[in-house]
Amino acid sequence: MTYPSDAGPTPVLSLKDVSKSFGAVRALRDVSLELFRGEVHALAGENGAGKSTLIKTLAGVHRPDAGQVLLDGEPVLFHGPGDARDAGIAVIYQEPTLFPDLSIAENIFMGRQPRRALGRIDHKATHSATLALMQRLGVELDPDRPARGLSIADQQIVEIAKALSFEARVLIMDEPTAALTGSEVARLFGVVRTLREQGAAVLFISHRLEEIFQICQRVTTLRDGAWIASEPIDGMTEDDLVRRMVGRDLDELYPKQDVRPGEVALSVRRLTREGVFTDVSFEVRHGEIVGLAGLVGAGRTEVARAVFGIDRWDAGEVEVQGRKLTNGAPSTAMASGLALVPEDRRAQGLVMDMSIERNIGLTGLRTTVKAGLVDRGAERSRSLDWAVKLQVKYARIADTVNTLSGGNQQKVVLAKWLATGPRVLIVDEPTRGIDVGTKAEVHRLLSELAADGVAVLMISSDLPEILGMADRVLVMHEGRLTAEIPRSEATEESVMAAATGRAAA
Amino acid sequence: MPESLTRAVRWDTVVGALLIVLLLLSFSTVDGFGNALNLSFLIGNTLPIALIALPMTLLVVSGEIDLSVASTAGLSGSVMGALWNQGMTIETIIPICLLLGVVCGLVNGLLVTRLGLPSLAVTIGTLAAYRGIAQIILGSDAVTDFPTQYLDFAAGRIGDTFIPQAFLPFVVLLAIAVVALHATPFGRSLFAIGANEEAARFAGIRVKRHKLILFTVTGLMASLTGIFWALHYASARYDNATGLELSVVAAVLLGGIDFDGGKGTLGGAIAGVFLLGALQNVMSLQDVSAQSQIVVTGVLLVLSVLGPRVARQISVARAGRRAASTPTSSLSSPS
Ligand SMILES: Nc1ncnc2c1ncn2[C@@H]1O[C@H](COP(=O)(O)OP(=O)(O)OP(=O)(O)O)[C@@H](O)[C@H]1O
Ligand SMILES: [Mg+2]
Repeated sequence: MTYPSDAGPTPVLSLKDVSKSFGAVRALRDVSLELFRGEVHALAGENGAGKSTLIKTLAGVHRPDAGQVLLDGEPVLFHGPGDARDAGIAVIYQEPTLFPDLSIAENIFMGRQPRRALGRIDHKATHSATLALMQRLGVELDPDRPARGLSIADQQIVEIAKALSFEARVLIMDEPTAALTGSEVARLFGVVRTLREQGAAVLFISHRLEEIFQICQRVTTLRDGAWIASEPIDGMTEDDLVRRMVGRDLDELYPKQDVRPGEVALSVRRLTREGVFTDVSFEVRHGEIVGLAGLVGAGRTEVARAVFGIDRWDAGEVEVQGRKLTNGAPSTAMASGLALVPEDRRAQGLVMDMSIERNIGLTGLRTTVKAGLVDRGAERSRSLDWAVKLQVKYARIADTVNTLSGGNQQKVVLAKWLATGPRVLIVDEPTRGIDVGTKAEVHRLLSELAADGVAVLMISSDLPEILGMADRVLVMHEGRLTAEIPRSEATEESVMAAATGRAAA
Repeated sequence: MPESLTRAVRWDTVVGALLIVLLLLSFSTVDGFGNALNLSFLIGNTLPIALIALPMTLLVVSGEIDLSVASTAGLSGSVMGALWNQGMTIETIIPICLLLGVVCGLVNGLLVTRLGLPSLAVTIGTLAAYRGIAQIILGSDAVTDFPTQYLDFAAGRIGDTFIPQAFLPFVVLLAIAVVALHATPFGRSLFAIGANEEAARFAGIRVKRHKLILFTVTGLMASLTGIFWALHYASARYDNATGLELSVVAAVLLGGIDFDGGKGTLGGAIAGVFLLGALQNVMSLQDVSAQSQIVVTGVLLVLSVLGPRVARQISVARAGRRAASTPTSSLSSPS
């Protein structure tokens, strides 16, 4: 076995009987966890199970109400993330925390840039160190470009690079792969394996169970803030793990119903935004789910943004249900029945310190109106309705969304858009950070919507999700549509080949 | 109620309570404060601040600011004086001045929304520009001979009470502003824009249009205030209302409107306005010099930005202590 036995060496970092509450919500109850050198340890659990809270407790962001954090067997009290970092613990939080106005390199080496004489910052050294990190991760990102405007995936990569730049003994990663596609994940795992061989301990969270099985040796499961099990991965199946997390068996994961496609609902013709994407044409019919695949940076999100009117296009046209859309006008797009679930829930999807109710209400300000005033009753029932339908886990509907776990925030974004009753729905990473059970629920919902005649365009970096859900798969590579693959021919190989530009589609 | 709102309400209450305490203290200890004439002066002198505070509150909630309001008021007073000297009737002059205010606001709004310039910089520029134009138009003249029924309205009181006649239209405008900010889709959108402009855009809210409307209305209200000012003090001069923007911003922030946008209530803002107005009145009664009063306003401005933050921190700390005293955690040793 590759992991040490409990009787063996002392864990580098551990939690003992830790509890943590937020008001009435008991996020952690008597949870214990041991992290050993040379292991990759998975932390599994549904949305709101307490995983991020556990990590923040390890990192000194939260102070436990009860219990202890132990470093090399000795109790420690971290007063903040800085203390944890000084102790050799690098943390990637679930939500990227980059400074938008600083460059990528500055973000990575924040506060500890290489210096030259007289304490001046050595920009050259910072630049080349960043380049080296990027090479290790196999991505091309300009170290000097500002973090503002980076896609969620790129932000994740910068966060990963930042964590790797420390000489960390312990690497903690809260859903680092949620927006990454297969090849970036493979690179990351390569780096993680090297670190593990060098003796680092890694704590890893992901709702993509196959990733846990690929990279981890042990797994600890949480349910509703309580510790359920810590056990070796060897010999477990995905179903075993799901049962630990959910407490019961789950139904089939990708229940796409067969629907005969109707009229063309969304038609994109020769759409071009200079330097971003070129000559993109496709159609989505009522009742169809069309997947849009591609590597990070291929231009999928950018096409969606332009179609919805967030960015202007330079050439081409977009029609929704036969009606031409105005360039750069989300409000007219919405009025024509279009909805876009954006990829970045914190920056684009939600107003973090507004309530759940009002966030969902934001898309209904035109419809839940009585005599020119916001109809609060209607707003509340609309919000409650969808929050319940999507199983958002919250204490009160009037709580601000920043008290929700990441996955539950994502559900609020979905609720906000599904509540508009769209006829054409574009979803960008709709299940990013959503647990397996709810994911199946979201898929069932999308499938039902399609059955009701909604046209769905689904962008996802989760290839199994695309393969499971889509009637057709469009593939983008470097700003162009390179392939259109019918469901019957869509496989991991065919899609990846087109996404990496190897296919003669 | 969302956490942010309860916090804001708490600060509202603080400001409201301060206002009441100040009034009670002044009634009992300051000579000449309680008589009807002084109270009507207090309200009359505060009305210009209050009038501009209405749109300013909406503007700050949406994350913008307009520092040119006092200059717009001065400009509209100047134009009013100049046209009156030319022999135009007051009934034609007033609409022209209001239109001018709309144009001033529109210019600010277009510079901010079309060119994407920060409103702080834009309106500091127009603060100087509008005042300069006002001086060019009227020079150092003071126009005082406006028709008496207008002067009487602007300076008069309702019957024997201490309430100025102009207070009633203000109450109507206040009601409109409260409804607009707190009960309409428009107002709801302003909070979203101020808190997270990008998310507002993704929700289909027409951010630029909302801001343009706000700047325009602010210009309109500033010129209305300029007209009121000239009539109330029976004097149209180019330097009318100089420095008023400082009082307005101080009052609005004092009332708990977050300078970063997205938070606050109109009730709080108006409580802040009258707190500041009462303070200025008391200082005048105590013969505090005008310069010292400006110093006090400046200090209040700083305190008003600090106040809500400190209140928030206290409430967070209190919540923390409450959490720490729950049964589960009472086992933990204090660290
Ligand atoms: N700052 C906070 N204030 C109030 N409640 C909070 C806060 N942070 C977390 N919670 C609550 O604690 C519980 C656990 O949240 P946590 O973020 O740890 O879940 P998670 O396991 O990371 O979920 P996900 O998979 O969705 O990221 C949730 O019910 C959440 O609503
Ligand atoms: Mg989490």
